[in-house]
Amino acid sequence: MAWPIFRTEGVTKVYDTGEVQVHALAGVDLTLFAGELAVLLGPSGSGKSTLLNILGGLDRASSGHVWFRDTDLTALRERGLTRFRRDHVGFVFQFYNLVPSLSARENVQLVTDVAREPMPPEEALGLVGLSHRMDHFPAEMSGGEQQRVAIARAIAKRPEVLLCDEPTGALDSKTGIQVLEALKDINDRFGTTTVVITHNAAIRKMAHRVVRFQDGRITEVEVNETRLAPHEIVW
Amino acid sequence: MEAIDIKLLRDFRRLWAQALAIALVLGCGVAIFLTSFGMFRALEDTRAAYYERNRFADVFVTARRVPGHMVEAIAAIPGVSTVETRVTGSVVLDIPGREETAVGLVISLPNGGLSQLNRPVIRSGRLPDPDAADRVMVNAPFALAHGFGAGDVFSANLNGRKRPLTITGTVLSPEYIYTLGPGALMPDNEGFGIIWMPERAAAAAFDMTGAFNSVSMSLTRGADEAEVIDRLDDLLEPYGGMGAYGREQQVSNSFIDAEIASLRSTALILPPVFFGITAFLVNMVLGRIIALERSQIGLLKAVGYSNWEVCLHYLLLAGLVAVAGIVLGWAVGGWLAHALAELYADFFDFPFLIYRVSYDVYAISAAIALASAGLGAARAALSAARLSPAVAMAPPAPPRYSRNLFDRMLAALRLSQPAMMILRAILRWPVRSGLTVLGLALAVAVMVAATFTEDSLDKIVDAAFFQSNRQDAILYFTEDKPISVLEEIRRLPGVMAVEGQYYLSAELRHGHREKQIALEARPEGSDLARVVDERGHVVVVPENALVLTRRLATHLDARPGDVIEVEFQGDKRQTNELPVAALVTQYFGLGAFIDYDTANRLFRQAPQITMANILIDPRHEADLHARLKDMPGLAGTVMLTDTRRSFQETIAENVLIMNTIYVTIAVLITVGVAYNGARVQLSERARELASLRILGFTRGEVSAILMGETVVLALAAQPVGWLLGWGISWAMTEGFTSDLYAVPLVLRPATFAQASIVVLVACLGAVLLVRRRLDRMDLVAVMKTRE
Ligand SMILES: Nc1ncnc2c1ncn2[C@@H]1O[C@H](COP(=O)(O)OP(=O)(O)OP(=O)(O)O)[C@@H](O)[C@H]1O
Ligand SMILES: [Mg+2]
Repeated sequence: MAWPIFRTEGVTKVYDTGEVQVHALAGVDLTLFAGELAVLLGPSGSGKSTLLNILGGLDRASSGHVWFRDTDLTALRERGLTRFRRDHVGFVFQFYNLVPSLSARENVQLVTDVAREPMPPEEALGLVGLSHRMDHFPAEMSGGEQQRVAIARAIAKRPEVLLCDEPTGALDSKTGIQVLEALKDINDRFGTTTVVITHNAAIRKMAHRVVRFQDGRITEVEVNETRLAPHEIVW
Repeated sequence: MEAIDIKLLRDFRRLWAQALAIALVLGCGVAIFLTSFGMFRALEDTRAAYYERNRFADVFVTARRVPGHMVEAIAAIPGVSTVETRVTGSVVLDIPGREETAVGLVISLPNGGLSQLNRPVIRSGRLPDPDAADRVMVNAPFALAHGFGAGDVFSANLNGRKRPLTITGTVLSPEYIYTLGPGALMPDNEGFGIIWMPERAAAAAFDMTGAFNSVSMSLTRGADEAEVIDRLDDLLEPYGGMGAYGREQQVSNSFIDAEIASLRSTALILPPVFFGITAFLVNMVLGRIIALERSQIGLLKAVGYSNWEVCLHYLLLAGLVAVAGIVLGWAVGGWLAHALAELYADFFDFPFLIYRVSYDVYAISAAIALASAGLGAARAALSAARLSPAVAMAPPAPPRYSRNLFDRMLAALRLSQPAMMILRAILRWPVRSGLTVLGLALAVAVMVAATFTEDSLDKIVDAAFFQSNRQDAILYFTEDKPISVLEEIRRLPGVMAVEGQYYLSAELRHGHREKQIALEARPEGSDLARVVDERGHVVVVPENALVLTRRLATHLDARPGDVIEVEFQGDKRQTNELPVAALVTQYFGLGAFIDYDTANRLFRQAPQITMANILIDPRHEADLHARLKDMPGLAGTVMLTDTRRSFQETIAENVLIMNTIYVTIAVLITVGVAYNGARVQLSERARELASLRILGFTRGEVSAILMGETVVLALAAQPVGWLLGWGISWAMTEGFTSDLYAVPLVLRPATFAQASIVVLVACLGAVLLVRRRLDRMDLVAVMKTRE
């Protein structure tokens, strides 16, 4: 396997809600390698989304360090984090988060407008098999199609990492598989480091590595000797 | 175009109704600002340039007859720069084709041609030959009103003889920008003209050879005007000086001052109301949009848009609303300014027009409009900028409901469930509810203030023309006459009744305060012209005392019982001390009243009069005028019937325009506030309302809850609006009051009722528009959307 792209060291996250302090992350040490597809598994509330947000520069760790290559993300200010997100990271969310007033093409364009070396929105939509729906608005598309637009949006900037928080959470198995196919295809083709959070343990079979979470800690990291293609996964 | 800009434009298009409602309010503010501030500046600049170019004098005085050599003594007063003397006099005119008499003010032209001070601008023709006795120039508006040009002839009663005068040209003068004839309330260019006559002819006509009776002077920079006036008065006292005065008491100038002041106060008072309401509406609407677009904001940040770019995105949305408002405001304001300029052209006579709102006023209005929208957007846009992306992407935590004091109070009231929902929503957002009430109250107040103007003008007209001055015409003489002259007038054709009236110019002093005024006296039992107080009672002036108008008393800081030093001017040079017997409210002028017999006794003279008030039999009016045109010793006439009619016509016209404007303004404010308020509520409570519908509430019941909130707020706004309206009206009476006139505070219950009806109806209309949306609401879609 290749060189590390993300490395965390003793990352903690404490939410102070006034009455109680929630320790969402209680010391996470993890290394992610370039080109790998990792799946994060764990019970609800175990801190998966929190870690993903910190990796993607959406949120800050309470203590510890996060390195992206040689950059210590925890040392970056607001402006640096924005640059980092803009230049290096693609996000896919559970609820797609498309802008309803923009068509599919324009939703992708929203990202290519600010990225450094993006691919044309049409090409990105082609990669997820939506060339024929480019001018449709989110309200005119199914959940799976919307999620694939979200993936096109995430990959259009040619990010080094793709962070996906329950990308199939709102989808049925058939559309879920389509979405996972798209993710795997990107990972294979461009070597984009991909992290997928899921509640569906079956999905772990498509990963290079599976990271298990429990109570804000990593309990186990497992390497898949043989990977399955998404369509081979039994849901 | 960038995708984020496409989003901006699409959002703007989707919000068009709300944006329009705000833009109309903002546009209103821009239009009023543009018109009032633009016109204020245009008028001030035009006047300043005119005065500068044509050397408008700083100090003026008239006297009975001053020997020519006095000019050196006057010029020697420290601080005087240029002195110019002239002969002036009032004459009765006979204009071909006009039945009624007209009045002319003759001003002498120096032998060299045009005067150095108050230099007239020749509009057409040329100067008359200095030696000609029957060649004159007239003011251009007078010529225009009669269709006169060079070569045309009219007659004037000069020195008891009617003489034809030939017009050689027309002029405008900085002294007569607002050309008000004696006793007139509004310019009447047909009935009053200014006549420039060569000095020799004028002196001969008024028996002033080797003398003068009018002085204008300019002062050096830094000269003490009050000091110069005092010295001048001392110098001219032996020659019947009538009291010198500065620019602020010069009639034409003081009317322009009053107009400029009223434009300025309009520019300062009204537009801020609209800009404030705009800021509030933008704040309310944008706050809601940002709450709805929370996850989109998170997404923008997640994909790499900076806080500033997100903030700017929402500021631009407010900016688009502002631009719409500015465009509307400019269009309407440009048109209004044009209309106002035409109105001014009727009243003010300037030789050149700067009646154009300059570009920088447009720029300032746009800057203020953008600033107010920006200010309104700032809070919401900054909250969007501050929103952390991780938080924005997560579904919002359900709002924390806790039972506070209000809830317990509401519970104690045992209201029905819909009433509870309405009241709780109002109390949940106290600031917003408060500002909504304030916005609607301002709409009510604007209506009240507009109607009040109409009522107070009615009251003034009634007091001045139907209670106090009931004569048909005033005849005034070139000099005071014995009262027996009334017998002569009574014998004129068509005169049904005649009464005398006596005027004495005097300076009143009390402590350090002094004021130059005309003291009025009328023989006992006068019925045509009377002093009537604000309750309609006729005021009888007691012997050996003064009655002061209330504003004069304030001016002099005098109360009944105080003793006033009265220095008579003109022919009657003496000083007396008289106590103040009473104060009386009068709307025109700063007058004072004295008993007729007392006045004559003070000068140990047989009863004298300055003018005669007459009632005319309309059947013989033509005969009467024919005789007046030839009557020796008559300086002029004031036709009150005409004054009454033209005043009422002008008021009726203005009131119609003003009412239309103010009703429009009130409706725009109401719709802007009520519509946006209801839309925001609908958006916030869509789920709640949809679930009520699903639970089986009817459409009517559900929309009653939505409309109920706005209606409750609108009702609460009424008393606040009445109070504000009362306050604004009071402030306006204070602002309008000047030496020229006072405005009474007349507020009828109908005024409040009308204001409330307009606002409540507009409010209901706005809410019904929103109700239609509620009726068409897709229940399933609403329940499915994630907030
Ligand atoms: N903004 C917040 N304020 C307070 N507590 C938070 C906040 N965000 C997350 N938490 C808490 O942090 C812990 C970890 O949350 P996180 O969202 O990372 O879990 P998760 O593993 O993604 O769960 P799920 O599978 O349900 O998405 C939870 O206990 C959660 O309640
Ligand atoms: Mg999660």
